Amino acid sequence: MGKPVLNLDENMVKRARKLAREITDEIQKFIDVRSTTSVERTVARFYGIDGVNHEGVPLPNVVVDDVQKSGALDRGITYWLVNACVAKSMSPQEIAESVGRGEFSLVDFPPQNESVVAEKIEELTQEALERLRKVRDERDKMLEELGDPAQPYLYVIVATGNIYEDVIQAKAAVKEGADIIAVIRSTAQSLLDFVPYGPTTEGYGGTYATQENFRIMRKALDEAANEVGRYIRLTNYASGLCMPEISAMAAIEGLDFLLNDSMYGILFRNINMLRTFVDQYTSRLICAYSHITINTGEDNYIKTSDPIDRAHTVTTSQLINEQFALKSHLKPKYMGIGHAFEIDPDIENGFLYEIAHALLTRELFPEATPKYMPPTRHMTGDIFKGYAMNTMYNLVSIMTGQSIQLLGMLTEAIHTPFLQDRYLAIENAKYVFNNAKNIGDEIIFKENGFIQKRANEVLSNAVELLEHVKDIGLISAIEEGTFGDIARKREEGKGADGVFTKGEDYYNPIFEMMEEELEEEEL
Amino acid sequence: MSVKKVDLSHLKPYGDQMDDGAVQLSFTLPVPNGSKAREAARQIANKMGLTDVQIVFSEDLKENFSFFVVYGHLNTSIDYNEIKVLEVETPKMSMEEVDKYIQEHVKRQIVVVGATIGTDAHTVGLDSILNMKGYHGDSGLERYKMFKVYNMGSQVPPAEVAKKVRETNADVVLVSQVVTQRNIHVKNLVELADILEAEGLRKSILLIAGGPRITHELAVELGYDAGFGNGTLPSDVASYIAVEISKRVL
Ligand code: B12
Repeated sequence: MGKPVLNLDENMVKRARKLAREITDEIQKFIDVRSTTSVERTVARFYGIDGVNHEGVPLPNVVVDDVQKSGALDRGITYWLVNACVAKSMSPQEIAESVGRGEFSLVDFPPQNESVVAEKIEELTQEALERLRKVRDERDKMLEELGDPAQPYLYVIVATGNIYEDVIQAKAAVKEGADIIAVIRSTAQSLLDFVPYGPTTEGYGGTYATQENFRIMRKALDEAANEVGRYIRLTNYASGLCMPEISAMAAIEGLDFLLNDSMYGILFRNINMLRTFVDQYTSRLICAYSHITINTGEDNYIKTSDPIDRAHTVTTSQLINEQFALKSHLKPKYMGIGHAFEIDPDIENGFLYEIAHALLTRELFPEATPKYMPPTRHMTGDIFKGYAMNTMYNLVSIMTGQSIQLLGMLTEAIHTPFLQDRYLAIENAKYVFNNAKNIGDEIIFKENGFIQKRANEVLSNAVELLEHVKDIGLISAIEEGTFGDIARKREEGKGADGVFTKGEDYYNPIFEMMEEELEEEEL
Repeated sequence: MSVKKVDLSHLKPYGDQMDDGAVQLSFTLPVPNGSKAREAARQIANKMGLTDVQIVFSEDLKENFSFFVVYGHLNTSIDYNEIKVLEVETPKMSMEEVDKYIQEHVKRQIVVVGATIGTDAHTVGLDSILNMKGYHGDSGLERYKMFKVYNMGSQVPPAEVAKKVRETNADVVLVSQVVTQRNIHVKNLVELADILEAEGLRKSILLIAGGPRITHELAVELGYDAGFGNGTLPSDVASYIAVEISKRVL
């Protein structure tokens, strides 16, 4: 759809954004003075630390745990790591390996010559950023050379548990027409407070996100992309306890998309609020730096709450996610704002509601790349009806100009997709997207008709909710069960013990420099 | 005009005529599409016991896979009269009836602990049984006067469930399992049953499993008292609990 057709109340839109900004400003105050163990592990990764010790503990965890145990982490990992590098004339990786073997602790060393340490930090930081820029520029170049596929992009998931099996299925999907491959993570990886290491061949309902698995899939997709002459995007999940680390791995291995939501972990995995807020900031900063598109998770709210009555919670959260992303310097074109087609198929005129909701997202975020999610909760073992529902979903998407189309699977209620399910899904989308290609350009909605009214109603409900959230604060709003009908308490949740207040001498140049570079770009 | 009647001792699928045995299926073979692949698909359907097999559609799925839509006729049959299925056998009662039944027979509130165990994060199924709102207009157990419900949510380790059972003196444990890949649900359910047994709690509680892939038969096999699957209504579970607990009280 080229031009707006919803007649949204412009003042309302402005008010909504302002409220969302004010709400996130308050949270940002918390974020700015805190760091987490996973943020520090991310720093370690950027300084080249990788691999595991003899007990299988990842070395980024080894060094951060080492400093945390001595109660010195409030200074950040950077100083301790580099001070040890200088003392021992070793690289960060060598240091980490030694700590992993129990040879020494990072805090054992007396402060080395200040300017030598500062120089070393500068050198390592430049090296790390250079590595990221190189990957980013290569990706951008490849995207330009091979060409960006038409939107909506066809997005499918692979989830066999075995990365090598995933590769075969991903390649088949690309050759059928898929533009984006997401490797679903194994059940409960989000609750691990470390990132597993190496290639993996066993997982439950998904495949472990490891750096090696990222590398294997990236290479396979680049090969496939060259064969089909179309850029293929790779997606994974930066959520859970290792949000920023996964972003770092993705940045290093050249992933294009990450599922990354400012509240999903809190709501759907019971991860501590502060942990999530702090982690999402850093993880998005990395995305901004490496041109990784985030996908937000509002679709999930209407899996656990009513998609019509609670539609405005989706809008509210989208606006909050947008503001958090802007604070991480993410450009709108890298925001895959999430929403979904989840209305009960038995509802009269459900299709009209879906159009109104989908268009609202499109028009509220004109520069973003909305990520539209398929029917899931009302999919049943009746795969034939499910296939019909997916057709309706595809029709809404092409009509309303969505950007990222996660394809619905007819077997959604049964298992993670079979090879043939993916093929059928791609056929369905190709059929609808071609058959109704320009329908969006032809449509004008009835003035003050059902669709216009509904979209404005959702927006005004969202503004009302934003006012309330602003009054009580986002944390209390989550405690009230505002999103997804799920209530979480401020203190509760996993990973709370990994959050700490930065000390006066806290130093984290790698993220500071990222921030500076991105701020300069914005000017 | 006569229509052939069903012969229950020789039951077969029905396409558009009695006993035509018509079956429709689809599958993928890990070989490239072509006449050899279609012949392979036909032979596979034959081995399934289908005759007059027609490969009505085949398509290249790339990377040396091919997809088939197949029709055939089943030439064997089964004896319907011989079939026995394990089902939860409880008269179905409404919320009011259940409350009254418990008041009369148990004479106190029944304490229910519910959880989705292991790493499973799905709560909607369990919540539809427990939360006031219920499922498809059928109120959840929390709305019943005669149930005291503790909903522990998801990702609950089995040991925590055992602890809660002790703390609350629970009569009933309701466990939900939705993720079934690599039979993780079986592993989790067995683990919980074992812990409850080891802590000497098993005998004093009614242990019930539920989830879209749970059947009563599976649950019983795993040492549970009952299992509830797809489309279960809260009142189904409530009726069962009321009747079973009152038996125990006697
Ligand atoms: C909503 C949903 C989610 C939400 C859950 C939110 C929440 N808080 O519950 C979110 C987005 C978080 C999610 C995450 C995942 N999900 Co999910 N999810 C679904 C979805 C779309 C709907 C499930 C649902 O809510 N159904 C509605 C309820 C009412 O139905 P129900 O659960 O069957 O419950 C009924 C009965 O079974 C029974 N019942 C259920 N429990 C109990 C308990 C008792 C005691 C009793 C008596 C009865 C009972 O009564 C209920 C009412 O009738 C299904 C697909 C589908 N359409 O089924 C996938 C699905 C279940 N998910 C799946 C997967 C793989 C996952 C992930 C592992 C993906 C990943 N790799 O990250 C993660 C899980 C992470 C984890 N740690 O568990 C798979 C499971 C495949 C399998 N068979 O193993 C499915 C089938 C999707 C798919 N095709 O891949 N998911």
